[in-house]
Amino acid sequence: MPNMSLKRNEMPTQPACERNKNFKEVALGYSAEQAIDEAQRCLHCKHKPCVSGCPVNIHIPDFIAKVAEGKFEEAYQIITESSSLPAVCGRVCPQETQCEQKCVRGLRGESVAIGRLERFVADYHNENIKTAAKAVQKNGHKVAIIGSGPSGLTCAGDLAKKGYDVTIFEALHLAGGVLVYGIPEFRLPKSIVQKEIDTLKEIGVKVETNMVIGKVISIDELLDEYHFEAIFIGSGAGLPRFMNIPGENLNGVYSANEFLTRVNLMKAYKDHNDTPIQHAKKVAVVGGGNVAMDAARSAKRLGAEEVYIIYRRSEAELPARHEEVEHAKEEGIIFKFLTNPIEILGDEHKFVRGIKCVEMELGEPDESGRRRPIEKKDSQFTIDVDSVIMAIGTSPNPLIKSTTKGLETQRWGGIIIDEATGATSREGVYAGGDAVTGAATVILAMGAGKTAAKAIDEYIQSKKK
Amino acid sequence: MYKILKKKILNPTVTLMEIDAPFVAKKAEPGQFIILRVDKDGERIPLTVADFDREKGIVTIIFQVVGATTEKLNHLNEGDSICDFVGPLGVPSHVEGLKKVAVVGGGVGCAIAYPIAKKLHQLGANVHSIVGFRNKDLVILEDEFKVASDAFFMMTDDGSYGKKGLVTDALRELLENGEQYDEVIAIGPLVMMKFVCKLTKEYNIKTIVSMNPIMIDGTGMCGCCRLTVGGKVKFACVDGPDFDGHEVDFDESIERAKMYQPFERKAHEEVCNLFKKEVH
Ligand SMILES: Cc1cc2nc3c(=O)[nH]c(=O)nc-3n(C[C@H](O)[C@H](O)[C@H](O)COP(=O)(O)OP(=O)(O)OC[C@H]3O[C@@H](n4cnc5c(N)ncnc54)[C@H](O)[C@@H]3O)c2cc1C
Ligand SMILES: Cc1cc2nc3c(=O)[nH]c(=O)nc-3n(C[C@H](O)[C@H](O)[C@H](O)COP(=O)(O)OP(=O)(O)OC[C@H]3O[C@@H](n4cnc5c(N)ncnc54)[C@H](O)[C@@H]3O)c2cc1C
Ligand code: SF4
Ligand code: FES
Repeated sequence: MPNMSLKRNEMPTQPACERNKNFKEVALGYSAEQAIDEAQRCLHCKHKPCVSGCPVNIHIPDFIAKVAEGKFEEAYQIITESSSLPAVCGRVCPQETQCEQKCVRGLRGESVAIGRLERFVADYHNENIKTAAKAVQKNGHKVAIIGSGPSGLTCAGDLAKKGYDVTIFEALHLAGGVLVYGIPEFRLPKSIVQKEIDTLKEIGVKVETNMVIGKVISIDELLDEYHFEAIFIGSGAGLPRFMNIPGENLNGVYSANEFLTRVNLMKAYKDHNDTPIQHAKKVAVVGGGNVAMDAARSAKRLGAEEVYIIYRRSEAELPARHEEVEHAKEEGIIFKFLTNPIEILGDEHKFVRGIKCVEMELGEPDESGRRRPIEKKDSQFTIDVDSVIMAIGTSPNPLIKSTTKGLETQRWGGIIIDEATGATSREGVYAGGDAVTGAATVILAMGAGKTAAKAIDEYIQSKKK
Repeated sequence: MYKILKKKILNPTVTLMEIDAPFVAKKAEPGQFIILRVDKDGERIPLTVADFDREKGIVTIIFQVVGATTEKLNHLNEGDSICDFVGPLGVPSHVEGLKKVAVVGGGVGCAIAYPIAKKLHQLGANVHSIVGFRNKDLVILEDEFKVASDAFFMMTDDGSYGKKGLVTDALRELLENGEQYDEVIAIGPLVMMKFVCKLTKEYNIKTIVSMNPIMIDGTGMCGCCRLTVGGKVKFACVDGPDFDGHEVDFDESIERAKMYQPFERKAHEEVCNLFKKEVH
């Protein structure tokens, strides 16, 4: 008899008034009892709508059945047939618009907490199971991966399991991409990311950090001089956008990338760390995505008394994960909806002292189907702040395009690929993740890495004949 | 890890190091820089590639001890290693086609100016070098510059060596005497570059400056290094560090360089306490 409770099991969290002063993980995860109880809410639907909602089609009811039986490791094995970073995805996927949106239980009451179960299973495995990596017979073919974000890690893992000699080239000093420099510790502990990377190293993947491809070595040199037979570009979309409003170069105005890199990658929040960060008292974060939530909640944890999210549409349009918006509210982040900045104001020393905004109202839907915000007349007002963080989006870094002959990109910088294979306009060069789509999600980047790994394998095998 | 092969004290605050970094050495060109991290809690700081030996895989850096990180670096010795060393970054200086150039270096900026002077000299250009220091004790790279220059002018603020005065005084004199340059290349403190540009503007001589804003990644992903050039926002680490000095908004850059001053002073004092040294 399934558990017919309309509500899902709550996940324990650190109390809001405590956690907004530390960088420890907010959500603490299910206990075994809670997980089993929640797993019993699944109806094991024959048509499995949840699976179609998952971008990599994890066999959701199958793994949940194992959880209900208390066979957690078997559940883990089922998930990893389809996904390579379950501990990450269980934490950061926007489940409410993916698997959980399709869940039948969501029609009346709350959907099964699929993400929380995935996370529980992955954490259980990571804490309890120590399987030595299976030795794979090497096939003698070399593949290079550019970028160590989720797309690159996934592609590398799949190819290494097939016997390829895989080298990841990463520009920064630490591997992980957005998982280490963007998403904060309180949402995704860095030890989890490190564990995934260590697992890859155990199966033979080499990780070369401090290698900016396009500067240190070009793609052509990787192919011609270093004899890689194929390349996967997973370089992400790391180029920050600014609004081009007056005052954006004042001291105290950060791109979210800069702010989060200082906080996460450089650990500027720790007292005895060399990288400085401004400990502002009042902070405005412009934007409404995950990046904006992460920046706002980090600013709060650095001691800011007032943190505003300034978003030009209304609450319904917020693109951030639902759970993070809830957490942000609980932690005391102040939301200013239908508000758009027009100028950042500075003091005589060129430090930020305020942000001038206008009120917006929603008009007709635009091409994306969202209602277009329009400025209200005579609605200007100023918020006193001493720091502004711009989180209005990023685009792919032009470095690789500008140093690779014949690599075609969209006008906005995204690499053009064949969707079925990830193949670019250059033979033997594949791409995926944010470098192709622009800023998207971890799971889509992983899916793209998988697709490309399969295509790269077929390409190299077909060349052999 | 990147091994320190050689360490040489050039003056009380400036040190030269040769680093084993074959990938950087293979590609580096004058005007480019590296980013390094001394140890695993360290910050990333940019330093110019002062010289390189492609065959031996060696990169030379010359740095002034101004704060916590450069202090830490200066405490390492030959045989020690630094944690991270990435480059070459930035766009190489454009030196092709120049026939007669004035290279103006201020303080440790001379370490950045020197490889450019050397390259110009190798390409057969007529190089006039003007270097300036606060006093005699701080002079660096004098012999190297002399070898790379057709004319060499040494200035000190207090007149303790060479001629008394600023680099702009020497440059003005040359220009007033009718010297014609295709280009002036000025590298040093922001204020110095600002005033060189003011002067060359009067004479309408194209002037290239090497900007040194605060950086983190050095690959174009954060915008920390942004500055305004010709009314547009540029990222110094990918669009520069060289820019047309007549277009640069120096006053903005001077303010932006002060962003972390209080923090930097505190960090420096902490490191100095660690090494039991007086803060200068
Ligand atoms: C703050 C923040 C929060 C987010 N929150 C979520 C979330 O909750 N849920 C979710 O699903 N998604 C979230 N995302 C989006 C998600 O992280 C990205 O879609 C995903 O990481 C993209 O993966 P990727 O592999 O394409 O690239 P990235 O993760 O961006 O990795 C690219 C890597 O390539 C490296 N690189 C770039 N250029 C070069 C080069 N020339 N040579 C060598 N290396 C290079 C970069 O340094 C980086 O390490 C968030 C993003 C950010 C910034
Ligand atoms: C492209 C580039 C090339 C550079 N090349 C060299 C070089 O070849 N040799 C060299 O000695 N220095 C060079 N610099 C400057 C060097 O990066 C700084 O001196 C260094 O970051 C200071 O680190 P710190 O922790 O020791 O001092 P901090 O504690 O960070 O700073 C101490 C003092 O230095 C100032 N400062 C901080 N960062 C910079 C900066 N980026 N530029 C100038 N002043 C700064 C601060 O305002 C402060 O007064 C370069 C900078 C750039 C951007
Ligand atoms: S849709 Fe919901 S109830 Fe049905 S199988 Fe999937 S998770 Fe279980
Ligand atoms: S230092 Fe980050 S973009 Fe230049």
